[in-house]
Amino acid sequence: MTGYDAVIIGAGVSGAAIARELAKYEARVCVLERCEDVCCGTSKANSAIVHAGYDARPGTLMARLDVEGSYMIPQLARDLDFLYRNNGSLVLCMHEEDLPLLQELYERGRRNGVSALRMVTREEILAMEPHVREDVVAGMEAATGGIVCPFGMNIAFAENAAENGVEFRFDTTVTGFTHTREGWTVHTNQGDVEARTVINAAGVYADVLHNMVSTHKLHITPRRGDYYLLDKTTGGYAHHTLFQLPGKYGKGVLVAPTVHGNTIVGPTAIDIDDRDGVNTTAEGLEQVMRKAANIVKDAPLRQVITSFAGLRAHEDGHEFVIGEAEGAPGFFDCAGIESPGLSSSPAIGRMVAEMVRDKLLLRRKASYKATRRGIVNPAELPFEERRALIEENPAYGRIICRCEGISEGEILDAIHRPLGARSLDGVKRRVRAGMGRCQGGFCAPRVMEILAQELDLPMEEITKSGGGSRLIVGENKEGFGEEDSYGAV
Amino acid sequence: MERCDLVIIGGGPAGLAAAIAAREAGVEDILLLERDRELGGILNQCIHSGFGLHTFQEELTGPEYARRYIQRVEELGISCLLDTMVLEVSPERMVTAVNTQQGLFQIQAGAVILAMGCRERPRGALNIPGFRPAGVYTAGTAQRLVNKEGLMPGREVVILGSGDIGLIMARRMTLEGAHVQVVAELMPYSGGLKRNIVQCLDDFGIPLKLSHTVVDIQGRERLTGVTLAQVDENRRPIPGTEEHYDCDTLLLSCGLIPENELSRGAGVALSPVTNGPVVDESLETSVPGIFACGNVLHVHDLVDFVSQEAAQAGRRAARYLSGGGERGEPVRLTAGRGVRYTVPAQVDPLRMEEDLTVRFRVDNEYRGAAVVVSAGEEILQRRKKLILIPGEMEEIRLSRKELLERPQLREITISLEVAP
Repeated sequence: MTGYDAVIIGAGVSGAAIARELAKYEARVCVLERCEDVCCGTSKANSAIVHAGYDARPGTLMARLDVEGSYMIPQLARDLDFLYRNNGSLVLCMHEEDLPLLQELYERGRRNGVSALRMVTREEILAMEPHVREDVVAGMEAATGGIVCPFGMNIAFAENAAENGVEFRFDTTVTGFTHTREGWTVHTNQGDVEARTVINAAGVYADVLHNMVSTHKLHITPRRGDYYLLDKTTGGYAHHTLFQLPGKYGKGVLVAPTVHGNTIVGPTAIDIDDRDGVNTTAEGLEQVMRKAANIVKDAPLRQVITSFAGLRAHEDGHEFVIGEAEGAPGFFDCAGIESPGLSSSPAIGRMVAEMVRDKLLLRRKASYKATRRGIVNPAELPFEERRALIEENPAYGRIICRCEGISEGEILDAIHRPLGARSLDGVKRRVRAGMGRCQGGFCAPRVMEILAQELDLPMEEITKSGGGSRLIVGENKEGFGEEDSYGAV
Repeated sequence: MERCDLVIIGGGPAGLAAAIAAREAGVEDILLLERDRELGGILNQCIHSGFGLHTFQEELTGPEYARRYIQRVEELGISCLLDTMVLEVSPERMVTAVNTQQGLFQIQAGAVILAMGCRERPRGALNIPGFRPAGVYTAGTAQRLVNKEGLMPGREVVILGSGDIGLIMARRMTLEGAHVQVVAELMPYSGGLKRNIVQCLDDFGIPLKLSHTVVDIQGRERLTGVTLAQVDENRRPIPGTEEHYDCDTLLLSCGLIPENELSRGAGVALSPVTNGPVVDESLETSVPGIFACGNVLHVHDLVDFVSQEAAQAGRRAARYLSGGGERGEPVRLTAGRGVRYTVPAQVDPLRMEEDLTVRFRVDNEYRGAAVVVSAGEEILQRRKKLILIPGEMEEIRLSRKELLERPQLREITISLEVAP
């Protein structure tokens, strides 16, 4: 047949992790993504945390995959060259009456198999984290907690999959399925795709796709989280990922460093109807500020460089839905992947790939290459190495993004590598040009120019994030002299 | 590693004027480092006129104004490296920079003048809720696209913030065929110069809505509209005052922030009010031998004053390189009632020039107030002003002679005497 062994729908972190795991087998695999790039949905807008795994109910998939994933990520970060830091998590109990809940959380973590959990006293907390509120009661430290670059990890999985033969099709929206003798016909806005198996990793849309084929219905609620990202001058404000113990005053927000040295504060948890409703609201942002003040003092929220919102795919059962869909043989769900989805993604990828392997009796591929080189960051090289790099390729000596110190060489690499960037945001997610304190004010025109030149497109075709997100509407004075629009002249 | 007497970081109006003044004061060995592909800085995209009225008694465009300084720099044979980004300045004045020609290099400077300018406050720092579509630009980014690339960022425009660049862009976009629907300003007064309100908004019939802000941004790919609302005296949106505007472009002109990343790295003390270095009468920062001028020091309204200030920095750096001269007891300059800050923040009467300009901004709009310069009980100066607004920088002059006559003086306060 001419089709694929597996078609994965969604190039978020789950889809990309599954693609990379499936690339280990002799199989034709294709990823369909409705956006113009990988990492465009939930995977790009979250807390960027590797959760240690104490949170989920023991015995659930969430609990198991989170712990497994958190153990896999450090090695993957080395193999695939993405940023990860094992900063540890700290759960803060702010009220005496919540102490039993802290103990409960500790027990739960133990049962989930999280190693290196430790109860810590108020004094220890304040010594480690001087910005935590003085009235903190006690806490629990999880040494395996970490932080990761969510774009970096997602892109690394996808690039590595692509290097191992997985195809990616962007701007491709799935519209329906037909069950066939061999498997499935996947209908898309770009034509039909034949597949022996389908993997539904469509994030907040996973229930819609699932319900097209299965007799057992799923229901996903987009649960919005609003965040603040603070300037790098706040780096070191929090060392651990600081969580508030959920208690009788509800669930708080986290305050955490990012792998790039910023501080992130959030999220809210607001259920909405709109699956694309990634707009922040005044109420949401206010809530983040208010809740941050419950755990830390003088949060430097004047140093905000941006705010954003992401959607968790909250399934009614609050559990990962992974497996063959009822009444739809060969259609595998990877649905309800909300927090700790990012942490669990490597384990999800492995689990789903093994299911597909067993279904199709796939064999290991001898040529599989498990490592990948990321984009060189000259700023992190020792002086002499950086000098040598620029001598060899002067493009690394031309700084385009002044806030983050990103060179033309990095941007060119971001565009020309497998699954390269095609938009401003694509460049930003890969090399951080425009992610600094001026938010692209200075570098956006330069990056647009480079994109236009390298992709051989007119400036009018360059987008912020694909689709209709064009940045330029035309040339100066265009429209003048056209009678219908301006009357005279 | 190379050595250089004076390294100037930034080739905009401040860096150029500083370089010229330093050379004229006798510094031979000067290197000017500019991150852009040409000298002139932001003036190159300011193609409107109104520059140079004070300096040249002529109305020049930005590029014309820059040209005069660039020509002088060329005549004087001052070395400049373009397309060169300074990565670090150490407290010992070791400058690390990078470009495509020399690669990564270090220069030990005798003195450094910081002249990196400022950046615009982006949408993210303004906490405007909503989506994050294409079509939201800072006014300066839009200005660059229109004036330097000949590209239109949009056609139906709403502008938030009445800073000067926003006002200039309201007119500019209109002249290029766009429709500027409204300029909204959070504060009850404009952040820009009065002349720009008249020439850029009034003359084109563009409404200015004071005490208004953007409370929502719509559009998933390209901007489709914004919601404006009136704000109360605490700058909180008033429910029920929301008005929707269909537009494809939102320009932001909501303040400029001095770019002091390098200064911070060098250990230079910064003022939380100006976001620029704290300097003395010589425009020298808290790190000896490192000077600052122009918009990296504090944001100016008029380039003429940037040039004046930068020339002073150039002269003072020259003096520092030739030994610096005698030091006396510094006199602190304090911002009193109604005054947000002063530049400089302290003066050494022994070291100051005969006539020292002290620049400051007021914290609100005042009518009929007087600017009072006092030393304890004694009033040194008192000048009545018809109107004082935060958008226009004010200045007073201190005379060296007057200060030397008062050897016990440790503090001078600049404050407003507000009409009852």
